[in-house]
Amino acid sequence: MVIEGEDSSLVRDVREVWRYRELLSFLAWRDLKVRYKQTVLGAAWAVLQPVLTMVVFSIVFGHLAKIPSDGVPYPVFVYAALLPWSLFAHALTESSQSLVANRNLITKVYFPRLVIPIAPLFVGLVDFAIAAVVLAGMMAWYGIVPGVAIVCVPAFVLLGLLTALAVGVWLAALNVQYRDVRYVVPFLTQLWFFATPVAYPSALLPEPWRSVSGLNPMAGVVEGFRWAVLDRPGLPGPLLIVSVISVLALLLAGLRYFSRMERAFADVI
Amino acid sequence: MRPPDDVVIRVEQLGKRYPIGVRPRYRALRDVLADAVGPRRPATSDAVWALDDVSFAVREGEVLGVIGRNGAGKSTLLKLLARITRPTRGSIELRGRVASLLEVGTGFHPELTGRENIFLNGAILGMTKAEIVRKLDEIVAFAEVERFIDTPVKHYSSGMYLRLAFAIAAHLEPEILLVDEVLAVGDAAFQKKCTGKMGDVAKGGRTVLFVSHNIGAITTLCTHAAYLVAGRLAAFGPAHEVAMAYTRDAAVLSGAADLGAPSVSRRGDGAARFVQATLQDARGRAIASAVEGAPFRIELRLEVRRPIDLRILSITLIDPYGNDLATTMHYDSLAAAPLGRGLYAFSATFDPNPLRQGTFDVRLACLGPSFHEHDHLHHAFAFVVARSADDPDDVIARPGVVKVDAAWQMTRVTP
Repeated sequence: MVIEGEDSSLVRDVREVWRYRELLSFLAWRDLKVRYKQTVLGAAWAVLQPVLTMVVFSIVFGHLAKIPSDGVPYPVFVYAALLPWSLFAHALTESSQSLVANRNLITKVYFPRLVIPIAPLFVGLVDFAIAAVVLAGMMAWYGIVPGVAIVCVPAFVLLGLLTALAVGVWLAALNVQYRDVRYVVPFLTQLWFFATPVAYPSALLPEPWRSVSGLNPMAGVVEGFRWAVLDRPGLPGPLLIVSVISVLALLLAGLRYFSRMERAFADVI
Repeated sequence: MRPPDDVVIRVEQLGKRYPIGVRPRYRALRDVLADAVGPRRPATSDAVWALDDVSFAVREGEVLGVIGRNGAGKSTLLKLLARITRPTRGSIELRGRVASLLEVGTGFHPELTGRENIFLNGAILGMTKAEIVRKLDEIVAFAEVERFIDTPVKHYSSGMYLRLAFAIAAHLEPEILLVDEVLAVGDAAFQKKCTGKMGDVAKGGRTVLFVSHNIGAITTLCTHAAYLVAGRLAAFGPAHEVAMAYTRDAAVLSGAADLGAPSVSRRGDGAARFVQATLQDARGRAIASAVEGAPFRIELRLEVRRPIDLRILSITLIDPYGNDLATTMHYDSLAAAPLGRGLYAFSATFDPNPLRQGTFDVRLACLGPSFHEHDHLHHAFAFVVARSADDPDDVIARPGVVKVDAAWQMTRVTP
């Protein structure tokens, strides 16, 4: 193995992550353990947050503002979107803090740095699974039966996590250089939330703007997830395609930026 | 190009540059934005070569000691070999699996149990899961923590914590092992366990690179040594020869030393800077070295560039083995006071002088409220304490670095 100054290659970085996949799983497992060891309510948080948001939104947007909900009862409509959104928002926050939070590892041991922002993506899946049980309950209550489209759920979950990773690696690397990035993240997440069709259907937008809104990959994730779970016609195909392309472009750019920055991490962190 | 068969580490023209100066270590995004719209501040482009043009080769089974004073580039070299940071120039060729121990217990999480931490730390150090499972019992036995293995490590005593951390590291089986001053921590028995383990590793045909500023450890443990001075390789060869070169030219203060130069081991916002240190006798005359038993004085010149609220000005003495020996602070005798711009002289008189003969390293710090660092200078200077000429009765060299006066008594207990 030869170490030189100027070599940084995306392909090699990704291959290195694969070689260190065991470490990746250990770090993800550590985050998970620690998360549930340090909370009193534990799993209850996973349910409480989206459920309370759903209640408030149902009153404000569904009841008072009478926002249309694609013919589904508004509570189910919004809750089905809050699930992938919470997964994404949590993963994004954790991922963007990850490098700084693990600075003791970065300055003491070598391993591909990319492992660090990837590991926290999986922690949210447990919360997601718990919150999904509530969704199943609500659907049963309203008499909504999912169709075959439900097999597509993992694809949309993956798309959501990839979006979190794509933006997370940017923010994590920036956070090493500029520590106030962490104050930007909550604000960014909040703006992003309203730019995403969670509380309203994307069908409110006329074409071609509806498809253009797919540049925000979370639009595709949320709309696709709702379509897959609630068994309704009218999957916004163009929007989804735009979203997938947008994620891949973001991710590629993010990884490139990360692999360019990573050799300075230990020096400035 | 493959290296000749038995060379496992080949370092060629290796260089690493760090930016230094008054700039804080990381910046806020708002600073960048402010810079973009506001008036241009002069860029602080000071840089220092922490390591410069270093080349050497290590053969299989050799134990290479890397020695040098603080700030000579030892840690930088280790970090480059461990791939923690990348070289600015030159290249490193490594053959075989590398494990680095820059500290023990890297990544330990206090909330996790001993067993969980073994897996986590093992994976971080590069062990596979299968390997850890196989060695688990051995690690637990070595660390002597069987009863507490399922207790979160936050409940461990510091001794247990260290033993567990070292036990994991000791069961690594790399072809190349890089070790930093891990041996400097822990009690004597623990250090002995560490050195023993390192010897075993080398006997097993593996290659060890060991960084220390304890010259004794280098000569007993290492076959070869590299001696770094200000980032350059000053000597390389058999350990005892290099050790002699090191002892010969330990850079020491005699009279006054200029502290104004930028250095890797300097931190702080630059509002105040130490600019000069002088070693004096009790009457304020500059001297080349202090003498055992005779009081001496360290005079420091502090240049205040922007008004500061001085809270702590400290001198830390470091013994020849690299351990902090004692720290004295100005507020022990002076009142805290705001200082306006200007040049100030502080003097600390050590009377009585507790130091025995040897070379002592000095660390200086100048801090404001909430430990804000104005200037923090590791390895500011070193000075020699010489044997007293009129001390004829001390014919037996007493081990130790400080002089203690004990009142002895003897009584007969049984007739």
